[in-house]
Amino acid sequence: MSQWIDACATDDVEEEDVIRFDHGGKTFAIYRSPDGQWFCTDGLCSHEQVHLADGLVIDYMIECPKHNGQFDYRTGEAKRAPVCINLATYPAKAEGGRVLVQIG
Amino acid sequence: MPKRDYSLLGADARRAVETGLAAADWYHTEVARKDMKALMQRANSPAIRDTIVLFACMIAFAAIGIALWPSLWSVPFWLAYGVLYGSSMDSRWHECSHGTAFKTPWMNDALYNIASFCMVRNPVTWRWSHARHHTDTYIVGRDPEIAIMRPPVFFKLIANFFGLFDAWNGWSRMLLNASGKIEAQEATFIPASEQPKVIRVARIWVLIYAATLALALAMHSILPLMVIGLPRLYGAWHHVMTGLLQHGGLADNVIDHRLNSRTVYMNRVSRFIYWNMNYHVEHHMFPMVPYHALPRLHAMIKHDLPAPNRSIAQAFAEMWPALRRQLASEEYFLKRALPATAKPYREDLHAAALGTAAQ
Repeated sequence: MSQWIDACATDDVEEEDVIRFDHGGKTFAIYRSPDGQWFCTDGLCSHEQVHLADGLVIDYMIECPKHNGQFDYRTGEAKRAPVCINLATYPAKAEGGRVLVQIG
Repeated sequence: MPKRDYSLLGADARRAVETGLAAADWYHTEVARKDMKALMQRANSPAIRDTIVLFACMIAFAAIGIALWPSLWSVPFWLAYGVLYGSSMDSRWHECSHGTAFKTPWMNDALYNIASFCMVRNPVTWRWSHARHHTDTYIVGRDPEIAIMRPPVFFKLIANFFGLFDAWNGWSRMLLNASGKIEAQEATFIPASEQPKVIRVARIWVLIYAATLALALAMHSILPLMVIGLPRLYGAWHHVMTGLLQHGGLADNVIDHRLNSRTVYMNRVSRFIYWNMNYHVEHHMFPMVPYHALPRLHAMIKHDLPAPNRSIAQAFAEMWPALRRQLASEEYFLKRALPATAKPYREDLHAAALGTAAQ
């Protein structure tokens, strides 16, 4: 079973926003949804390897900052061209003011 | 230096991939996350207002043009209608392809499809084409939207003020796609899963043009074509005038938009027609900032950019002689000075490309 990794403080991310988290040579995106839930996906867009953490969170969608490709960050599903390949998702939760992700 | 090979299947395309120029990490001016989030926020109201104005003017100008037809008094109204059809629709196509014009997705898609039809740009093909233009802006062999190839062909540039090559290309591609085929270079950037959509749209367009032509034949008049089709020619001049300035005479094969894109201050009418794409360095650095927020973005980052050109005329006065010099030397380009407050160009990243520049 993968370990929970301490990624950031809950205060580091506003509601309806995203932050970049690098770990083990990979990059991830951690989201705080409008209703305060936490989610984690691969950090790079599956279209052109752009950091999604520079993009815009709209409700439960993350929009790539380069080409407007959109994913549902709860499921990783690609929702708008030019993205066609889904993102991997990882469990995320908040505990004691910290955000933990299971990315092992 | 060998001549540039602009084919997406040629030697320069392979070289761009091998040298890391393709899909590279581009220079960005630093903007605080809080500010960038605010700039990227979507809104419906500016684009709804502009779209109502646009279509109201188009309907009014076309109606007066039809009422006065075939008198010469109709000419100014056709010229005005033509610019809105053959040039404003270029900027609407562009902004909606980024999904940034409206907050509501179906509004973006609706205007995108109308504008694509007016500009004779297949909405599926060109969505992918424009994504590549933003990934590999003016990277030779990678960017399918390089408007001025080196050496420049002035006859073609001037003919395109009347849409001659662009529109002919668009209609030719439409017929090719309608016959069930995809051009080989376009197949390099359109995923196979999207290609049937290209063909479906082309067939719908052929039906619309066929109906327009049939009406013109039945009426023994070109009037229906003055409304649909011909404005792509007689109204193209404004989008070509502004479009050439986007990158003309500047560097290619670099990964800093300050070197290959141009911001030009323009009058309010041109900015309405062009939907603020005169802030072109800003647009390329941050393509998800909507058109209505570009003036704010410009104010925020201009300390890090070359000084904008002061007007369309002044920008042409800068660009045109540079294009003429490129006739003699393909390597020549304008390298514009940065203000003292800017981060310098990364000469190490651009050593190969920045050989023959004018400051």
